[in-house]
Amino acid sequence: MSDIRCRELCKTFRQGEERITGLDRVSIDIDSGEFLCLSGPSGSGKTTLLNALGGLDRPDSGSITFGGRRIDCLPRGELADLRLREIGFVFQAYNLVPVLSARENIEFVMQVQGVPAAERHRRSLAILAEVGLEGLADRRPPAMSGGQQQRVAVARAIVSRPRLVLADEPTANLDSHSATRLMALFQTLNREHGVTFVMATHDPRVMAFAARRVSMEDGRIVADRVQEPCAPEPA
Amino acid sequence: MMRIATSLRLLPSLLTLAWRNLWRNHRRTLVMLSAIALGVWAMIFMTAMMRGMIDQMVQNGLATLPGHAQIHHPDFVRDPSVVNRFAEPGGELLAALEQPPVTAWAARLRVPAVVASEYASRGVTLLGVDPAAEAALGSLPGELVAGRALQGPADAGVVLGESLAQRLETAVGRRVVLMSQDPDNDVADRGARVVGIYRGRLEGDEERFAYTGRDSLQALLGVEGEVTEAAMNGPDYRRVVAWLPDIRRAAGASLSVQPWQTLNPFLASMLGLQDGYALVFMLVVFLVLSFGLVNTLVMAVFERTRELGLIQALGMRPGLILLLILMESLWLLLLGLALGNALALATLWPLRDGLDLSAVAAGLEMMAMGTTLYPLLELSDMAMASAVVVGLGLLASLLPAWRASRLAPVVALARD
Repeated sequence: MSDIRCRELCKTFRQGEERITGLDRVSIDIDSGEFLCLSGPSGSGKTTLLNALGGLDRPDSGSITFGGRRIDCLPRGELADLRLREIGFVFQAYNLVPVLSARENIEFVMQVQGVPAAERHRRSLAILAEVGLEGLADRRPPAMSGGQQQRVAVARAIVSRPRLVLADEPTANLDSHSATRLMALFQTLNREHGVTFVMATHDPRVMAFAARRVSMEDGRIVADRVQEPCAPEPA
Repeated sequence: MMRIATSLRLLPSLLTLAWRNLWRNHRRTLVMLSAIALGVWAMIFMTAMMRGMIDQMVQNGLATLPGHAQIHHPDFVRDPSVVNRFAEPGGELLAALEQPPVTAWAARLRVPAVVASEYASRGVTLLGVDPAAEAALGSLPGELVAGRALQGPADAGVVLGESLAQRLETAVGRRVVLMSQDPDNDVADRGARVVGIYRGRLEGDEERFAYTGRDSLQALLGVEGEVTEAAMNGPDYRRVVAWLPDIRRAAGASLSVQPWQTLNPFLASMLGLQDGYALVFMLVVFLVLSFGLVNTLVMAVFERTRELGLIQALGMRPGLILLLILMESLWLLLLGLALGNALALATLWPLRDGLDLSAVAAGLEMMAMGTTLYPLLELSDMAMASAVVVGLGLLASLLPAWRASRLAPVVALARD
């Protein structure tokens, strides 16, 4: 059985007098441990689908099941708990808390989860080393480059070993080298820890790393194919 | 229960995060802090000044004669004449009056009388006093402007107020006639020499009260060893009800023992009014402050909409977001309180020896006040100011905090 099942998802937005279709009867199954990318032009519905999967937004109709549990009608508090325990987010614009250091940003989610301080500290330093930022633990976001910030955001998303990582244009603000390193990291986490990755992207480099590519247009899925992913570059 | 436990567990982290958030916009925080500190200063400083003024009015009022409590014949309040007299305190009552918490006491004969000179006569309250005991009580007239004070309870001279002496067209060394009723309702009179002229704390007192020796007045009225009033002081006029029951017990059922609040309801109402005024003043100051506070928090939430959306997306429950914003408000309020209290103490300390208000002394004397104002800082006022600022401050912060907690993550994250 699929880990995530979406059935007939519809979502429209109002923009002035106009109604814009975000999702138009989208149905998709995502298995545990998949490495999937959503591609398509701007306004095709990638981010809307990602937000619905992550419980950040509710569809107007249709259903989303995550691990056998309907999540599209959960109250706000329970959705927050779901995101806290099961889902990691990586956003296009890094989205770190600027008054917290890299380590504190990473520890934030674990803190809310109730992980003891010593364990938080150990895990945050380990994940910082894993993303290549071991020397920047106490640096705050404004003092880091875009690539470094994005790696902190990735570290935060995966440090508590979520079942699902949702990434919205994760490489949009990264140079080619940083983007490739990030994708290699995602792929490693996917293969070694079985974390499910769903990424929305325009970036062909990201698409090349994915094992499954779902194309969207005008809020609909127009293609869904399995492909041979790029192998991660040797470290 | 679990949510409360989670909130408590996260409290230190939320406090740290709130503290750092507070200083993201230094200028705005400093402006708001200054406003809160000034508001708190105004609350405490002005209340201390007002309380000092009222305290002085009460103290002066009590020193004029009532003391902190008085003993009378039960009918004396209804009919303040020599008919309603009692034996000078002795035995158990005397023992109670001679020990703490009573700090001073005096027994006196207080009767309605007429003082007549060769030109005029005036109705007065004639007080037969023991000058030494009255001095300890602080109830002798304020300032002697001519002649001498009474020298003892047997002194047969009379001390008149300056204003009364002018009306009677008499002076020190001249004779006047003192007339009153004895217990048998017969007129008792005798000549007395004016030995002193006093200036009262209030002009009205000068015309109202004339003083003579207690023993000589008792002899005039034929009530040797008896008085109509015993006044006493304790350490603090506000705490009189704490020790009065002991005096009542010692006085027995045949005597009435009343605190100054019953004897002078006007003064008592002034104190009550002061408490009410202090609270209203604090609420008004807070109301002005609250606009700035709410505006600061609304701006802070508005500027950090995206960030608040982010931490919701990461799994922070709306209740914790609300708590985070309230923590920011709490920091601001506590810092403002600390600064405001320190500022109030710093400005009140130099005034501990009194503030000279002689330029407006005439007006103040009409209010039974002296020319020097002693601010009275009470811990309860500081506590009330703190409670008003923190309590209502958090209440005012609830709206922006609630709005922050209701942000939809997807909308907040899309905000530039």
